[in-house]
Amino acid sequence: MEVINPSLRWKHLYKVLNKHGPFSDEDWVPGPETIESLESSKVLGAGGLGYNIDISNLNRQFLFRHADIGKPKAEVAAAFVEKRVKGVKITPYVGKIQDKDEDYYMQFKIIVCGLDSIEARRWINSTLIGMVDPEDPESLKPLIDGGTEGFKGQARVILPTLSSCIECQLDMHAPRPAVPLCTIATIPRQPQHCIEWAHQIAWQEKRKDDTFDSDDMEHIDWVYKAALDRAQQFHIHGVTFQMTQGVVKNIIPAIASTNAVIAAATTSEALKIATSCNPYLENYMMYAGEEGVYTYTFDAEKKPDCPVCGNVARKMTVDPNMTLEAYIESLGERAEAQLKRPSMRTEEKTLYQRFPPQLEEHTRPNLKLKLRDLVEDGQEIAVSDPAYTIDFRFKLLFK
Amino acid sequence: MTDTFPHSLVGPSSKERKYDRQLRLWAASGQQALEGSRVLLVNSDGSWGKQNTGVSGVLGVEALKNLVLPGIGGFTIVDPSPVTESDLGVNFFLEEESLGKSRAEETCRLLRELNPDVEGSFHSKCISELLRDPGFLPQHKLVLISGPMKRSSLDSVRKAAWEAGLPVVYTHSVGFYSTFSLQLPSEFPIVETHPDPETTQDLRLLTPWPELKAAASRISNLDSLDDHQHGHIPYILLLLHYLVKWKDDHNGSLPSNYKEKSEFREMVRANARTNNPEGGEENFDEAVAAVLKSLNPFTLRSSIREIFDMEECKSLKPGCADFWIIAAAVRQFYLKYNELPLPGSLPDMKAQSADYISLQNIYKSKARKDVEEVTNTIRQTEAQLGDREIPIPEKDIEIFCKNAAHIKLVRGRQIPTLNEDAYTTKTIRNNLRMSESIIPIFIACQILDAIVTEIQDGKRDENSLDDEATWNAHIDEAISILNQEDPTTVDDETRQRIVEATEELRRTEGGELHNISALTGGLVAQEVLKVLTRQYVPLDNTCVFDGVRSRTEMYRL
Repeated sequence: MEVINPSLRWKHLYKVLNKHGPFSDEDWVPGPETIESLESSKVLGAGGLGYNIDISNLNRQFLFRHADIGKPKAEVAAAFVEKRVKGVKITPYVGKIQDKDEDYYMQFKIIVCGLDSIEARRWINSTLIGMVDPEDPESLKPLIDGGTEGFKGQARVILPTLSSCIECQLDMHAPRPAVPLCTIATIPRQPQHCIEWAHQIAWQEKRKDDTFDSDDMEHIDWVYKAALDRAQQFHIHGVTFQMTQGVVKNIIPAIASTNAVIAAATTSEALKIATSCNPYLENYMMYAGEEGVYTYTFDAEKKPDCPVCGNVARKMTVDPNMTLEAYIESLGERAEAQLKRPSMRTEEKTLYQRFPPQLEEHTRPNLKLKLRDLVEDGQEIAVSDPAYTIDFRFKLLFK
Repeated sequence: MTDTFPHSLVGPSSKERKYDRQLRLWAASGQQALEGSRVLLVNSDGSWGKQNTGVSGVLGVEALKNLVLPGIGGFTIVDPSPVTESDLGVNFFLEEESLGKSRAEETCRLLRELNPDVEGSFHSKCISELLRDPGFLPQHKLVLISGPMKRSSLDSVRKAAWEAGLPVVYTHSVGFYSTFSLQLPSEFPIVETHPDPETTQDLRLLTPWPELKAAASRISNLDSLDDHQHGHIPYILLLLHYLVKWKDDHNGSLPSNYKEKSEFREMVRANARTNNPEGGEENFDEAVAAVLKSLNPFTLRSSIREIFDMEECKSLKPGCADFWIIAAAVRQFYLKYNELPLPGSLPDMKAQSADYISLQNIYKSKARKDVEEVTNTIRQTEAQLGDREIPIPEKDIEIFCKNAAHIKLVRGRQIPTLNEDAYTTKTIRNNLRMSESIIPIFIACQILDAIVTEIQDGKRDENSLDDEATWNAHIDEAISILNQEDPTTVDDETRQRIVEATEELRRTEGGELHNISALTGGLVAQEVLKVLTRQYVPLDNTCVFDGVRSRTEMYRL
């Protein structure tokens, strides 16, 4: 098969890369160098929950077919795009972004992420910020982040250390407040409470030898039936199989159209950053499609007390009469921290350390002490968590 | 009791599993509506001169992709163009083997691969030829047109669709810019608008009905309760209880302004027990937090008031849509009680299970009673009109009553163009006065339409697409239309903004960029889904996307 002339094939794109527009930077030099630089750019794309294709991915994934169910997502996606768009080279990697180190990330020009968890976002964010060497412009890797939920989504551009980062706006990703355990255990009122009971309590009591697997239909069915029984007992209506699945798997609605908007928005910004043919997004675009087409584009603020890109400790108001144990527990849900397995120390002493076991044992008695007995009002603590490579600094202010 | 619940494995079907993530947004009813819909894509209207094959039609194909994946019933692609080299650089639904073949056929084939449940067909012809068959358009539920399209073709499609009551979306994607307009029928009601649950709470605390009042009076002796009971009284009953006390102290009147509500809030707060191990009570916290947002007298939202005020609602005509019969009955209900039927849902709150359920039942049975009353009115109306073949389904009445406060009626308008409608021109003018507005992009696309029309009508040659003089002449013409009523509308600075928009647009000489078309294809598909499912609220009626600044704007033009 004869090779198609690139200047015919990429005619429309080359027009944009070959001439100035009214909004492109005056210093930008359009032409062959810009095209060459785009075509030699290596971009990392990360995202997608789970490794293998599930039937429920097919309603929005245009690279997967029914026959691909069960195969690794990254491999199927890469093979399909390479087949359809001749000349592009895509290397699939099936695994966690956390498996890779700085050397790996250094080879890319831009990082595009459509990650499903805030934890993964925070990890890549702090890693890229940690990589920045002021002496080496190549070490600054623009991070383009996108995410969707139902008819809503957002896309943002992060220039590590220069612009606002994921951690600066961590409170925008506040976790949904969990239903109190006593409601689940003793006074259910909603069908969801009955499902949580079946999932968290009944399973432990009746099937503690089986590890619960939310992809195992028999397990879901067991939870569904247990929830249904409990609901009957309390005269609660509305437990369904679909709701059971939604609650135990924490399912987020997703459709092709919203994903198209956000995926293409991140691609668009990558193209602009890679070629300078137009100014890129500074730095956040929100989209909501439930009522007409609504977007809000704004410059999210870089926070001086950001634990990752800032230089002062983040203030945190605490009740001095709280025990260290309760405080540690609360960090998992507090919007400004969201740390599930924290260890912490002040400049002088270790307050609680999960590892190694000897140190854990040594610091365990502190858990029962009140904060006022461990730290001063206004004192700074450093918190680490196995999910992240950096320390988070908080300045504790007594309520 | 146990026997009434089926206990065999009733897992979801493979279709439910495939569509699980979207069924959570529009439910089985929305899915059924999608599966019963066929969408027509008019993806080009032929070449622009000898060299230029015309619209690439990427946006149209990308929009279809987002409709085929969630499982619309079918689609038809109309596109007389062959596949060229430049198509391969922008259209993901073409491959090298497609070169030289019919673009309609090739895009249809590759789109069908996405979902075996979806039926697809194509015509490698111009739309004007197909419109000669009066049966062609009505096979579809919606028409997508990829612009720029010459005016005579656009006019014939939008007119035929308007007469057939079919929604139309007219799109442009050129370089970093895109626009689309949605033409809905002149009457497009939406019942399931899915408002934010926070805004839909309707608890009737100021006007409790007898059963609710009775429930509140049963907790009159709060002091006699132990801490556990006291801390588990549903906050709604607490508020009702203290409102009675307030009325006793205030000559029977309710807290009506901010000051009184704040006082009332303090009264509730002061009654919480703090000498318990928790140092407070969650149910009282919930009550305190609800005072300002829940103690407001009922007011009719303007969108539903407009519906009630319409002639169609006040005097029903034989053969009118079910919507109007239900709306008229709900209006009658409103005139009688000064309230809408109760939606009947109750937010979760701190309470013992049995107390919560019994309170929930009070709300549910009132809602059911209201639906019954509306249904009775409807049955009488049906008998009077005498022309209804089947009675309006109970389910429809129930959904209407539940959503009554948030129902919307969109008064659809034809696809707007620059030079035919005074209202459109005025709205463009008003937006132009705002220096940040991106409406110049809409004007630039209108100019492109005009130039393409002249090329296709043989009045200009294809080189005019990049001809300075042609563009300048059209910019002048557009400005003179905008300045007709008020010559100060387009000053030098505004003119400069229009010129810049045309310059950016001209960078690709009418060509599409895949990223912009993919993004806009997502936005367009989203609107199509809302129109076909009749759920959520569609665009009314024009959206512009600026890929340079990563912004959108909406206008009613």
